[in-house]
Amino acid sequence: MSLWLTLAVNSIALGGLLFLLSSGFSLIFGLMRIPNLLHGSFFMLGAYFGVTILSQNVNFWVAALASGVGIAIIGGLIERFLLRRLEGQVLPQVLLTLGFAFIISDVCLMIWTGDPWQPATPDHLRGALQIAGLFFPLYRLVIVAVAVVIAIALWLMVDWTRLGAMIRAGVDDAPIARVVGIKVSMLFTLIFALGAGLAGFAGVLGAPYLSVYPGLDFEMLPLALIVVLLGGTGSLLGALVGSFLIGFLYNFGQAMFPDLAYVILFLPMLIVLVVRPQGLFGRAIS
Amino acid sequence: MSPKQLQSAAIAIALVALLTLPVWMGNGYYVNVASQILLFAIFALALNVLVGYGGLVSLGHAGLFAIAGYAGALMLDAGYGHFAAIVIAIIVTLASSAVFAVLALRTTGISFLMITLALGQIVWGIAYRWASLTNGDNGVNVTTRPTPFGISLAGAEAFYYATLIIFLIAVVTMAILVRSPFGAALRGTRDQERRMNALGYNVWLIRFLSFLFSGFWTGISGLLFIYYNQFISPQVSALTSSAEALLMVISGGTATLLGPIFGSIIVVIMKNVVSAYIERWNLVLGVIFVAIISFMPEGLVPGSVRLWRMGWQALRTRWNGSAVRQPEDGSR
Amino acid sequence: MIALDIKGLSKSFGGLRVTAGVNLSVAPGERRLIIGPNGAGKTTLFNLITGEILPDSGTVSLFGQDITRLPSHRRAHLGMARTYQIITLFPHDTIIRNVTLALLGLSPLRWNPLIDLERKKHLVDSAREALVRVGLDHIAERPLAQTSYGERRRVEIAMALAQKPKLLLLDEPFAGLSIDERRDVQQLLLNIPRDVTIVMIEHNMDVALEYAEQITLLHFGEVIVEGTRAEVVENPRTREVYLGH
Repeated sequence: MSLWLTLAVNSIALGGLLFLLSSGFSLIFGLMRIPNLLHGSFFMLGAYFGVTILSQNVNFWVAALASGVGIAIIGGLIERFLLRRLEGQVLPQVLLTLGFAFIISDVCLMIWTGDPWQPATPDHLRGALQIAGLFFPLYRLVIVAVAVVIAIALWLMVDWTRLGAMIRAGVDDAPIARVVGIKVSMLFTLIFALGAGLAGFAGVLGAPYLSVYPGLDFEMLPLALIVVLLGGTGSLLGALVGSFLIGFLYNFGQAMFPDLAYVILFLPMLIVLVVRPQGLFGRAIS
Repeated sequence: MSPKQLQSAAIAIALVALLTLPVWMGNGYYVNVASQILLFAIFALALNVLVGYGGLVSLGHAGLFAIAGYAGALMLDAGYGHFAAIVIAIIVTLASSAVFAVLALRTTGISFLMITLALGQIVWGIAYRWASLTNGDNGVNVTTRPTPFGISLAGAEAFYYATLIIFLIAVVTMAILVRSPFGAALRGTRDQERRMNALGYNVWLIRFLSFLFSGFWTGISGLLFIYYNQFISPQVSALTSSAEALLMVISGGTATLLGPIFGSIIVVIMKNVVSAYIERWNLVLGVIFVAIISFMPEGLVPGSVRLWRMGWQALRTRWNGSAVRQPEDGSR
Repeated sequence: MIALDIKGLSKSFGGLRVTAGVNLSVAPGERRLIIGPNGAGKTTLFNLITGEILPDSGTVSLFGQDITRLPSHRRAHLGMARTYQIITLFPHDTIIRNVTLALLGLSPLRWNPLIDLERKKHLVDSAREALVRVGLDHIAERPLAQTSYGERRRVEIAMALAQKPKLLLLDEPFAGLSIDERRDVQQLLLNIPRDVTIVMIEHNMDVALEYAEQITLLHFGEVIVEGTRAEVVENPRTREVYLGH
């Protein structure tokens, strides 16, 4: 019983992390139609930043936020000065983001070496919570809580604020949005930076749980991809549902079919592709 | 000399150079590098059928390459002869290409890219984790090379010639395809998908068949690879491998037949030469990507041509002064 | 036999009803004009006819054959051709190659991966003929990128006519043309024989009214008025639609 419970907790924790990672990807992909192959790198780089900041005995949350902001700035700069010139051209965008992904991957290797880093779980978040006679690791629950809070915040922003309305207008029809006076270019930079920042923040949050190591970037990228393709691009709800689905699939898959666990992750995505190419909650491509 | 004559002369010279390469290369190591360049050129040409002519960017072709390689290697490992291994590998690769195509062609554009990336990752996942099938990280050894018509391919020279023959066949089939009605139709689907459908072309089927053609030659290059390397590991199917293949296609220029060949030369030489001096091959690759996009987005071959023309124009105005105009047809 | 028979055609995007129960009957050889203010759903109707989008309900029949669910590429083989509001030609090719591609679309040759397309004399000759008809054969070898807007419009029409269609759908063929160019295109259209049925969307009332025999007025995806030129012009609802009162 406790094995299943542990797996379940791990699943929602992973799901939470994946949501933080893929919500940004979904926005970038859904709004700007940019194949952002840097997304996994943002996650990893954020985690490495976090590791370094934490080694200075800074408060965990401050470190996470600072990392997130740092990655957001990097993302914003890349979008503003390099990606923007390539608007609409898929191949160059792929090459540019892939190129940077390779650069970041090797630079991290040079700075932080090939050994994995695992920062300690912050003191005030250690231990377990006892609910109904069962013990739940506190940190994992915190990850989920944070993911939920951010999900709500994103949802509020997209559905209820003017900024959100502008985002939705941009998603639906960028040229018209421009004509109406929405500063689409600035919006794009903002969204890209936000997405990158979320990924970086998620990286730090995940570090005590997943650790940081070379190759983390290209391991997380396909996961973000699966979530977004499964849930539907541009849909936060899709990213949420997809993340938790994948979280469960990953953990239970690892436990039951270790050889095929990685492959199993892709199955729901493939099924959805065949049956409903726009994803579970995505808009049908006209 | 007219451009056409120039082109034919260039091709003739290149052919002679290629045919006599082992003679003037001397060193067996360089002959091997040449073999590597040729087999990866086939891979790049195959990928370019989709990317350059079909407008479909695939980031999962290393998966097909690996499927061919693993199928061949595992068949050989299981005790089958070369002929059986090769035939089965090609069949498996074609079947996989069909599956890839059906899934990826559910969408186009960026989603196509993402799906092929995911499919490539699935192949990597199987190669890496399903150790009972693929021997995982330890890879599979290929101990012997085939002996077509009794000729041993064990030596660098012999293998080079075998690769060269296959390469030339590949280039000829590509050239024929490009000039053919089907080739024109494929390019049409790249430029105006909607209109092609309205004109009576079955766009999905054209893309599907092109995918199979691309998969076939990718498989051939994968088989050449395992015979060249005599070893295959999951790394072959990693995202970085698909990215390198894409780099070969882009760096050379997607609009031409020659482009991917040049791209292969550039990438293979860089990889072999650079990695002797720098450990951080990924970093170099990344910088090259970014540099190409920033300065020569249309590819090195067309980009170089453009820069060459610009430079030539600048020189001419310098020599002649802008007041003197050259007659357009070059006569004096 | 009715050339184009549309019954109860409806299409919605999300909550937006773009085509609302449209009934349309075009006789063979007729020159039908579809007019309506912006957003009336004219191009969507064309897209439903050509099969680019599938309707939610209703039927489309071409010379008695139900083509409602037929994939768009098959409709071309049944004799349907179309031009687009926004010019959609092949930018990397010459004019004659553009028309050759149009001809190739209906030929079984299009699946051939072996022969040299340039060597197929009969295709190239037919393409040249089509260009003669629109007065562009003198620049047949010119790359499309070096042509004017008016010339491109004519290439579009050449491509549509080259396929010898039974039903020709023209989506705003006069858009963006100068007065001279418009006259050329008008003459071209007038010269099309009666074995081709023509349905045209036009925004510019003066030009279009001269040309059409029957007119259908669309508004918010519905057919509001239908009839001859005189009938439509006199009908008070026409004024309502265009002037709002």
